[in-house]
Amino acid sequence: MSGAGLRIRSMVRKEFRQLLRDPRTRMMIFVAPLIQLVMFGYAVNTDIRNTATVVVDLDRTAESRALVDAFGASGYFEIVQRSLRSSDIARALDRGDAVVGIEIPHGFSRDLALGKAAVQIVVDGSNSSIATVAQGYAARIVQRFAAERVPHWAAGVDLRTRAWYNPNLESRVYNVPAVIGVLVLMMSLLLTALAVVRERELGTLDQLMVSPLSPAEFVAAKTLPVAFIGLVDLFLITAVAVFWFDIPMRGSLLALLPAALLYILAGLSFGLLISSVSKTQQEAFMAMFLFLLPAIILSGFFYPIRSMPLPFQWLTVLNPVRHFLEIVRAVFLKGEGIGGLWVQYLAIGLFALVAIRAAIWRLPRTIGGS
Amino acid sequence: MNPFAVEVSNLGRRFGPVVAVENLNFSVERGELFGIVGPDGAGKTTTLRMLAGVLRPTAGDARVCGASVVRDPEEVKRRIGYVSQRFGLYQDLTVRENLDFYADLYRVPRELRVSRMERLYRFSGLGEFQDRLAGNLSGGMKQKLGLCCALIHEPEVLFLDEPTFGVDPISRRDLWILVHEMVARGVTVVVSTAYLDEAERCDRIAVLDRGALLAVDSPARLQASLGGKIWSVRADDLPRAQAVLRSLPGVRRVTRFGDALHLTLTDPQRDQRRVIDALGREGIALLGAEEVEPSLEDVFMEMTQNRP
Repeated sequence: MSGAGLRIRSMVRKEFRQLLRDPRTRMMIFVAPLIQLVMFGYAVNTDIRNTATVVVDLDRTAESRALVDAFGASGYFEIVQRSLRSSDIARALDRGDAVVGIEIPHGFSRDLALGKAAVQIVVDGSNSSIATVAQGYAARIVQRFAAERVPHWAAGVDLRTRAWYNPNLESRVYNVPAVIGVLVLMMSLLLTALAVVRERELGTLDQLMVSPLSPAEFVAAKTLPVAFIGLVDLFLITAVAVFWFDIPMRGSLLALLPAALLYILAGLSFGLLISSVSKTQQEAFMAMFLFLLPAIILSGFFYPIRSMPLPFQWLTVLNPVRHFLEIVRAVFLKGEGIGGLWVQYLAIGLFALVAIRAAIWRLPRTIGGS
Repeated sequence: MNPFAVEVSNLGRRFGPVVAVENLNFSVERGELFGIVGPDGAGKTTTLRMLAGVLRPTAGDARVCGASVVRDPEEVKRRIGYVSQRFGLYQDLTVRENLDFYADLYRVPRELRVSRMERLYRFSGLGEFQDRLAGNLSGGMKQKLGLCCALIHEPEVLFLDEPTFGVDPISRRDLWILVHEMVARGVTVVVSTAYLDEAERCDRIAVLDRGALLAVDSPARLQASLGGKIWSVRADDLPRAQAVLRSLPGVRRVTRFGDALHLTLTDPQRDQRRVIDALGREGIALLGAEEVEPSLEDVFMEMTQNRP
């Protein structure tokens, strides 16, 4: 092995020793991703279950009661109040006792037999995501109910929506793979930036620079362990997603791996860039969040990009998180291969390239000292 | 073999418009204990960093162990050891791991490593702490470990940048014992310091002030250069006494020195009388006077206070 190789090896060994010795860093690397994964898998759930519902049945027939039962049995709605006055719906929604109100009008069973029955559904729109989902579910329940009772109903306009790739529209299936994108970026950014800045804070950077270790060797030795940890995290999260949360992995890990490598490279380089403008670890932390938060918000992780104002939509094109999330979701849920994702690959690759160039340009000024 | 470990010629460094050091010319012989002495901001660290090959000079050049710091800084780095003002240790690694890491970086062969570490442990007294985390060592011990890390590859020249800065008196003494031991082993040591008692331990010193080299010589010869004895005078109004004596014929230099004025007189017999008379005329009470040997501090004050 050449002198450079040997020096990098001893430096890498030292890095691992430090990373794994510090209990806080160990937590950050192995436990934090799992905690976040569990959070996104269980807590952050935009599905609706047992939504508080108030029912006003003005028809009071066997059919109307069967419809109410159908709502109750679906599991999506929990009937918390029954009433005979329409005004009770408004009162229950106002007071927050219920989120959904269902009013079955007088003559419902008669109209049903004629094939033109109508049911009014009121939802509390102050939480728009629940409202939209609840509305959709309610419409489906009514439609199925009608189709079962009235054979010729189906002969009319039959509207059937089907969600592909995620037939039950479970938010978990959509969210958990995306966690990979956020966590891997956070790890590679943070560990790189902190690893470099810590040496500066301690004064060991000065000491390294008077040793035969060159700046390039220093950078290589700082980034290799982080890249490795990024990959370990990727496998760890993927394994938990597939085996614990039953997220379907329809594509191949091989379609994901090159994207992950490019993505980690982009994160590392950006971390180096952050380290070159930060004197202390706190500064590095702040700088990281300055980048990370907008990157996540503009990634389509929580909010669909299509519903953003146009200038922000353009901005997302520069965002590596957006492209990586598209790759992850496509590989997991659609079973897409590299061929169908070349645009995203190209975008991440370009970002990585620019970040590396910038880091190489910035770093010697800050670590070389001359 | 080149008798000089360090040869500095017209070395200078600017940071933008600010001149840190300028026009340095001196040489350090092999095996010498050489001091770079000056107040804070004199340019000591800048000079040492250039000599260590980490800071590019903006003027001139220096040869360290025969290699140019401008053309071949990598060769310089391999042959020297450098301990910065606040030696950076990995606090979360043990004493042994720190030493091992630097041994790796300098590619100290395995078979040499054990004996060298043993010797460094003995020499520094760190042996019993080898499995302790560096972060848990006392300040003086940390400094010694820093020194050992810089010595593990047996450098020909060792640069120490204010090694006793912020170190307690006992550890300071221990550290100087170590420095003398290294010199005895044939290592050339270049040490920067703002403490003149430390400068006096050096074979030769370079006096640096505001980026300029004022003198290079042995402490004894620098003291002798002041010519004869110093007359130390204590009076009740020192600032006024200083003003009065400064214009008195026969008084070559007046330097404020704590609660006394240090005077260099042309003819002690005659001029002491004159001084006493002059103070009496001005109504300044003479509290005491004695003849003292000039110290390095006198030299230093003389050089820096009487500079334009």
